[in-house]
Amino acid sequence: MSLDAITLSVIQAALQQTCDEMDLAFSRAAFSPVIAEANDRSDGIYSAVDGSLIAQGSEGLPVFVGVMQHSTRTIIEMIADGRVLPPEEGDVYIVNDPYLGGTHLMDVRFAMPVWRGGKIFCWLSNTGHWPDIGGSVPGGFSASATAVEQEGLRLPPVKLFKKGAMDPEIYAIICSNIRVADQRIGDIRAQAAALNVGQERLFQILDRYGDETVVAAIAELRRRAAEQMRAHIAALPEGNWQARAYVDSDGVVNEPLTIALTVEKQGDTLVFDFSGSSKPCAGPMNSVLATTLSAVYLAMRHIFPNVPISAGAFEPLVVRRPEGTFLDAKYPRPVSGCAAEVSQRIAEAVFAAMVQAAPDRVTAAPAGSSGNFALGGNDPARGRDYVMYQISGGGYGGNAGHDGLSNGCSTIGISKSPPVEIMEQAYPVLYRRYALREGSGGAGKQRGGFGLAYEIELLRGEARASFVMDHGRFGPQGALGGRDGMVNTVTVFRDGQAHVPPHLSKEQDIPLRAGDRVLVGTPGGGGYGDPFERDPQLVLRDVSLGYYTRRQAAELFGVAIAEAGVDLAETERLRRE
Amino acid sequence: MAGIDVGGTFTDLLLLDGAGGGAVRIAKTPTTSDNQSHGVMAALAQANFPVAEIDLIVHGTTTTTNAVLERRLARTGMITTRGFRDVIELGRRTRPQAYGMTGVFRPVIPRDLRLEVDERVEASGRVREPLDEGGMRRAVRVLLDAGCEALVIHFLHSYANPAHERRAAEIAAAIWPNGHITTGHSLLSEAREFERGVTASVNAAVQPILERYVARLRQDLEARGYRRDFLVMNGNGGMISARFVTREAAKTVMSGPASGVIAAAYTGRRAGYDNLVTYDMGGTSTDVALIRNAEPAVSNEIEIEYAMPIHLPMVAVHTVGAGGGSIARVDASGLIQVGPESAGANPGPICYGRGGTDPTITDANLVLGRLDPQKLLSVENPVTVEAVRAVFEERIGRATHLDGVAAAGAVLRLGNIKMAGAIRMVSVSRGHDPRDFTLFAFGGAGPLHASALARELGLPRVLVPARPGITNALGCVVADMRHDFVNTVNQPVAALDEARMRAVLARHRAEGEGLIAKEAISPERIRVSHSADMQFVGQTHLINVPLPSAEITRAMLQELFEKAYFARFKVALPEIRASLVNLNTSVTGVRPAIDLSRLIDPAGRAATLEGARREVRPVWFDGVWHDTPIYEREKLPLDAALEGPAILEQMDATTVLEPGDHAWSDADGNIIVEVGR
Repeated sequence: MSLDAITLSVIQAALQQTCDEMDLAFSRAAFSPVIAEANDRSDGIYSAVDGSLIAQGSEGLPVFVGVMQHSTRTIIEMIADGRVLPPEEGDVYIVNDPYLGGTHLMDVRFAMPVWRGGKIFCWLSNTGHWPDIGGSVPGGFSASATAVEQEGLRLPPVKLFKKGAMDPEIYAIICSNIRVADQRIGDIRAQAAALNVGQERLFQILDRYGDETVVAAIAELRRRAAEQMRAHIAALPEGNWQARAYVDSDGVVNEPLTIALTVEKQGDTLVFDFSGSSKPCAGPMNSVLATTLSAVYLAMRHIFPNVPISAGAFEPLVVRRPEGTFLDAKYPRPVSGCAAEVSQRIAEAVFAAMVQAAPDRVTAAPAGSSGNFALGGNDPARGRDYVMYQISGGGYGGNAGHDGLSNGCSTIGISKSPPVEIMEQAYPVLYRRYALREGSGGAGKQRGGFGLAYEIELLRGEARASFVMDHGRFGPQGALGGRDGMVNTVTVFRDGQAHVPPHLSKEQDIPLRAGDRVLVGTPGGGGYGDPFERDPQLVLRDVSLGYYTRRQAAELFGVAIAEAGVDLAETERLRRE
Repeated sequence: MAGIDVGGTFTDLLLLDGAGGGAVRIAKTPTTSDNQSHGVMAALAQANFPVAEIDLIVHGTTTTTNAVLERRLARTGMITTRGFRDVIELGRRTRPQAYGMTGVFRPVIPRDLRLEVDERVEASGRVREPLDEGGMRRAVRVLLDAGCEALVIHFLHSYANPAHERRAAEIAAAIWPNGHITTGHSLLSEAREFERGVTASVNAAVQPILERYVARLRQDLEARGYRRDFLVMNGNGGMISARFVTREAAKTVMSGPASGVIAAAYTGRRAGYDNLVTYDMGGTSTDVALIRNAEPAVSNEIEIEYAMPIHLPMVAVHTVGAGGGSIARVDASGLIQVGPESAGANPGPICYGRGGTDPTITDANLVLGRLDPQKLLSVENPVTVEAVRAVFEERIGRATHLDGVAAAGAVLRLGNIKMAGAIRMVSVSRGHDPRDFTLFAFGGAGPLHASALARELGLPRVLVPARPGITNALGCVVADMRHDFVNTVNQPVAALDEARMRAVLARHRAEGEGLIAKEAISPERIRVSHSADMQFVGQTHLINVPLPSAEITRAMLQELFEKAYFARFKVALPEIRASLVNLNTSVTGVRPAIDLSRLIDPAGRAATLEGARREVRPVWFDGVWHDTPIYEREKLPLDAALEGPAILEQMDATTVLEPGDHAWSDADGNIIVEVGR
C-alpha cells in the first residue's frame, strides 16, 4: 500500500477532527458541570489490536492523554482471555476500575468497538469525570481513605449498552450506588452519543479513502509521530537530569512523599526512571500506573505541544515501571488523589528535570494543584443539603520568554473556576475577598505568576470543610537560579480561632458554623533565572502595581526603589553584595 | 445613501443613488489606521458624488476593535467592591492553549488604577454593607488625579440590585469631568463578575476613543457639507445613531464581521437561500457564521481574545486562525502542515512582493493558475510565478517527493481540509444537516476556495454575491436598527409564572420601540422576535429556542425546548425537567428594502458568455492542468450558465468553479454554484 504525502496529511487531519467533534458533542450535551463547563473529559480512537492510541481530541483534559489506551488494551485482553463477554455490534462497555488502566473512580470510561464487515476496525473510547461515584465523601475526593472501597463504586468492564440499547439492570445498579443519580442519565446519553458521532465521522473517512488506505495511514502516522518526537529528543544535549518533587503528605500519615526522577537521554529516546520514590502510601495519594505514564506524557506534550497525541509520540518516551513505589499502586490502595494532585507532582518533576535539558522550552514549576476545597452542609434557609466545590488556580512558572501567568489552571486540567457570584447564589457562603496573592510569584529573571487569595465565610447553618490541595510544604520549584513560588496555605477560623490543617494542604470534615471563615492562599509559580538579573524597571513596575513590596524588591530582586523610581546606585550595591 | 466600512486593509464604500435610478457607486481606499476618518473621506472623494447630497451615511468602524486588540486604550480607572479589584486580572483560571504552560495576559485596566470601596450586596440583592460614600468620593478623586479619562464602577451582584452602582455613579458624576462612567450592570445585567467586569472595562476604555473618532468624522463630513446624523454599526448587526453609539461603545467592538453577516442574510433571503454558512476569508483569519431562516445566530458569549470576553448580544462570528497568508511547511515527521503560523499582511505571501519568503495558501493559488499571474506585475517588487513555484518545490516538495506544482496542490488541498474542519466545528457539527445549508463566500479570498470547501463540508451549493469584496459595506447599507434585551429567569418551566414572563417580553418590546422612536430616521416597520435560552435542570449549556409569540405558556416552552434539544443532540430526556434561563427579545426597526440588482451595472454585461471571456489559461485541478476559461464577472450575461472548471475574475475577488460544478447568475447578479460530486 503506497501512500502519498497528501493523503497521509489529509487522513491525519480527518482523524483529529473526528476526535475534536466527539469532544464537542460530549461537552455540549453533558449535564455534569465538571464535563460541560470544566471539559473534564476526553475522546479518542484506539487500535483494534492492542488499544494503542491512534488519535485523541485536542481539547480533551490533558491528564487523560495516555490513559484510555491502557483501559482499552485491558478490555481487549480481558475479552481475549474470557474475563469479559465478547462484543457484538452496538455494544458499549463501561469501566472505571483504576487498576485496569485508569485514574480515580470518578473518571468513568466508555469503550465501543467500531465494526467494518463484521470485524472490529478500531475502538472509540471516552472518559468523563462524574460528579459522584458513591463512597464515603460526596464527589469522591477523600483526603483520608485507606482503601479503594471507601472511595466509591468500582466497575469492571461490563456492557452498559447491548446492541445499541442501554441495559436497565446495570444502570439501576449504578444509580443505587451514587449520589444525585437522577441526572446521570443525561451524562450517560451524552457520553454514548459522542461515541456515535465519532463512529459516523469515521465511517465517512473510511468510505471516502478506503479501509485499507486508512489502516496504512494510521500505521504510517504512528511511525511519523514517533519520528517527530525522536527528532525533538535528538536535538537535546547529551546527558541525564535529576529532579525531585514532593507531595505534602498522603492525607493519613503526615510525611512528605518523594518523587525521585532521573531522565536519561539515550540516543533519540528518553528514559524516565522513578527509582528512589516513596513506597506506596496509606492515604489516597497513590497513583496507578496508567496515571503515572499519562502524567509523563502530558508533561512532555506541554514541552512539545506540536507533536500529535498518538501512541507513536509516546514510543520514544520509555518509562521504567516504578514498581514498589506509590507511583504504581496496586489494589486496594486508595487512589482518589492521583489524577488531581500526584499527576501534577510527577509533571513538576519532569519539568524540573527537562528545564535543565531544554531551558528555552520548559518553564519553572507551575502552581500545579487543582485546589479542591469542598464544603458540604445543610442550608437552613432552603432546607436542603449541598456540596460546594471551589477549585482554584495558581501562578505559572517563569520561562525564557515571559513571566508566568497568574491564576492559571492546573497542569493537568483546562477547566475554568466558578464565578464568585454563581457560588454565592447557590450556596450559603459569602466571599470576603477574591484577590491576587501579592508577593507569591517566585522571584527570577522572569518571575513566577501570582496565586490567588480568597476568604469565604459560612453564612448559615453548619457545614464540613475538606481540602485536597498540595504544595503546602514546599513551593513550586524555581528553575535555573529562580526562587520557589509561595507555598499553598489553608487557614480555618472557627469561633475566631485560627486552625491550620496538620497536613497543611489536606484535611477532611472540619466542622464549621455560621460566621466561621476559610482562608486559602494558592501557590505562586516558580521563578526562572537569577532574580538579580531582572530588569530593574520591570521590578519597579511590579512594585507600582502592588505585586511586591519595596522591601521584597530589595530582598528578592536586589532592586532599590525610591520615590523617583529605581535607585540605580543602591541597586548596584545590593546586587553586588 | 452610502455604506462605508473600514476593514483591516481597505475602506469600502457602497453608494446607492436613488435619484439616479438606483445606480451604484463603489470605492475602495486603503484604511488609514491612525485616523480612520481620512480613509473614509478618501473613499467619499473616490465615489465622486456630492457628499452634501447623500441623505444617509451608515458607517462600520474597527476603531474600537483595534483599540482593544492593540491595547491603545483610554486611561481608565476602576472602583470595585472591597476585596474584588483583581477579578478582571485573575480571570477564570485559564491558559491560552490546552498544551504549553506559557502565555501573556494584560488586563484592560492596570492594577494601580483599580481601587476598592466598602459596600456589599448579597446574591439575593439584599444590602449587607452600605456604600461608603466618602470612600467612593476619595477613590474617584484618586483616579482623576492619576489621569484617568474613563471610569468603571463594578460591584458584586449589581445585576441583582444595582442601587449601589447607581448611587456610586451619581457620586462620581458630580466629580468626573466627562460622561465616561460605565457601571457594570448597565451593559450586562447578568451574574459572572469576571465577564461583566471585563465587558464594562472594555466599554469604558474605548468610549473616549470612539467619541473622539465620531466627532472627527462628523467634523470632516460637515466640512464637505453633510449635516445630517449618521449611523454606526453595532456588533449585533443593527445600527444606532452616532449620537448614542458611545454610551455602549463596547457593542461596536465586533461590528466589522457582523455587517458582513447581515449583508449575507439579506442577500440570501432575496436569492431564496435562508440557511447559510457565511465564510469571509482574509489574510490571517477567516470569519464564519451561521444563518438559519435568514436570521444570523446571535451569541452573548464572545471572547475576542484570550481571557477577554465581551458578553453582549452580538452576531455569533467565529474566527478561525487560517487565511490566505497561512504558511505551509513540512514538519519533523515529514508531513505537510498548513498554519497556524501566518505571513499576515506584512510581509504577506511571497507573491505580494513585500519580502515574504514562506510559501502560503495565496502563493499556492498563484502557482496553480487560480489567481491571475498578470496581477503580480502590479506589486512593488514583482516576483515571478517560477520563483514562487521554486519555493514550493524546495520547501515542501523536496521532503515529500513532489514537484513545485504538486506541492502547491497539496498545500491548497490540505489548507482547505483544515479550514473545512474548523468551519465544521463552529457550524454544521452543532447539530445541523449540512445539506440544508448554502456556503456564502465573500471577502477577497472566500470565493477562491468556496467550491472546494463546500465539497469538503457536504454543502450542496455556494452563493457568491455580486460584490464579494464590499460585502461589509453592503451590510451597512441594508442593516436595520436593532436593540436586544435579555432577562435572566433561571426557573424550572413547571414553576414559571406565565403572566410575569409575558410581562417581561412586553416590557422588552416597549423599551425597544421607544429607543427606535428616538432615532433620526424612521423605519418602515418594527419587527419583534422573542426567544428563550433553555436547558434541562442541572445542565450548564444553553439552547436558544425561538418563540413564535410573546403569549408564552409553560406547555409551549416545554414542547419547543424538547423539540429543539432533540434536533440538536438526537437525545430525548423525558426523565428530566426543563428550565428557562433567559428570555430574550430583539426589536428591529426594519428599513425599506434595497434593490441589489444594480450592484453590477446591467449596461456593462455582455450579450453572450463568449463576450465575457477574457482568456483561457491552464489551471491545476485534482492533479491535472485543465484549459480553463477565465471570465470577467461583471461582463457575464445576466442569464449566464457556466460549467466548471471556470474562473470568474472581478476587481477585488476571484471565484473558482471546480470541474463538475454547475453555476448560474441570478437577478441580483449573484453566482449560484451547484457543487459537483
